Amino acid sequence: MRTVQRTDADRVLLRDAATIAAAMIAVGASFGAIAIAYGLPAWVPFMMSTVVFAGGSQFLAVGLLAAGNPLAAVVAGLLLNARHLPFGLAVSEAVGPRWRDRIIGSHFLTDEVAAFTLAEPDQARRRKVYWIIGLTLFTSWNIGTALGVLLGGATGDPDALGLDAAFPAALLALIMPSLKDRATRTVALTGAAVAVLLTPVLPAGLPVMCALAGLLTLVRPRRRNRTEAAC
Amino acid sequence: MLIAAIIALGVGTYSMRLGGVLLRGRLKLSATVQRLLLMAAAALLAALAGTAALMAGTDFAGVARPAGVLVGGVLAWRKAPFVVVVLAAAGTAALLRLAGVS
Repeated sequence: MRTVQRTDADRVLLRDAATIAAAMIAVGASFGAIAIAYGLPAWVPFMMSTVVFAGGSQFLAVGLLAAGNPLAAVVAGLLLNARHLPFGLAVSEAVGPRWRDRIIGSHFLTDEVAAFTLAEPDQARRRKVYWIIGLTLFTSWNIGTALGVLLGGATGDPDALGLDAAFPAALLALIMPSLKDRATRTVALTGAAVAVLLTPVLPAGLPVMCALAGLLTLVRPRRRNRTEAAC
Repeated sequence: MLIAAIIALGVGTYSMRLGGVLLRGRLKLSATVQRLLLMAAAALLAALAGTAALMAGTDFAGVARPAGVLVGGVLAWRKAPFVVVVLAAAGTAALLRLAGVS
């Protein structure tokens, strides 16, 4: 019985991984094509997709690099990627206990990998989820980049396929179970609202980090508990 | 200069990933702090989903994308499989654009 359940869970995991991989290939292709269209050498998108491996910051940086502003590309890219630190804290146990696992595995940490890993309720399975999704996304992102470099604009506009809607919907599906908890829901929705409202006024990356302010919604009830305890 | 910028961005990004992963091993976190950490991750992911759904750069993303995400979100709430959520969100946005709604 247990074996059957496990195989089912694995099949679902692989199907979900394939879904997100297909979308990653298409968006990776658009990244490769854009880098070439900007007139950058072909090794630039390849190197970025393997060495940086963070889609949002790659799109941002490639534009600034093409504009001849490498310092801004690094600063803006790092600001956008600052969220990987709290994600690293949250998924650390899933990466593995050994140094080798941590040193290699950390490189595969992305938003989607964090979302998939934290969406897995079974702690024992989290490691498998982290590595399968991480390796799948790293591979598909690089295949996509190569296709984009080779085929150029022929890969089409990912927005025409609605892929810009697919990624936020995928994240939403992955965090949905955790939103059942009332406190988590309040924190997450407040944080998301703060981030959306700050997006027009702050540089890319900061609004998402400001979502951590959602944790402040926890302050009031706790103080109330404390006063109750004092009474 | 290009190569230096890419290496700097790559090393910096990797340091933040590895930093988080290693830091967690060093800290003895209480159950409360562990719960706060998961809430913080949920808030960051919700913010990523929210900003990616509603904003394009510093402007509003228009109609097609938020509508697609909304359809995907409702399906996810109704516990539809992940594949269905993703395809429905993409399909809705793509069809709206095909119909001339951006």
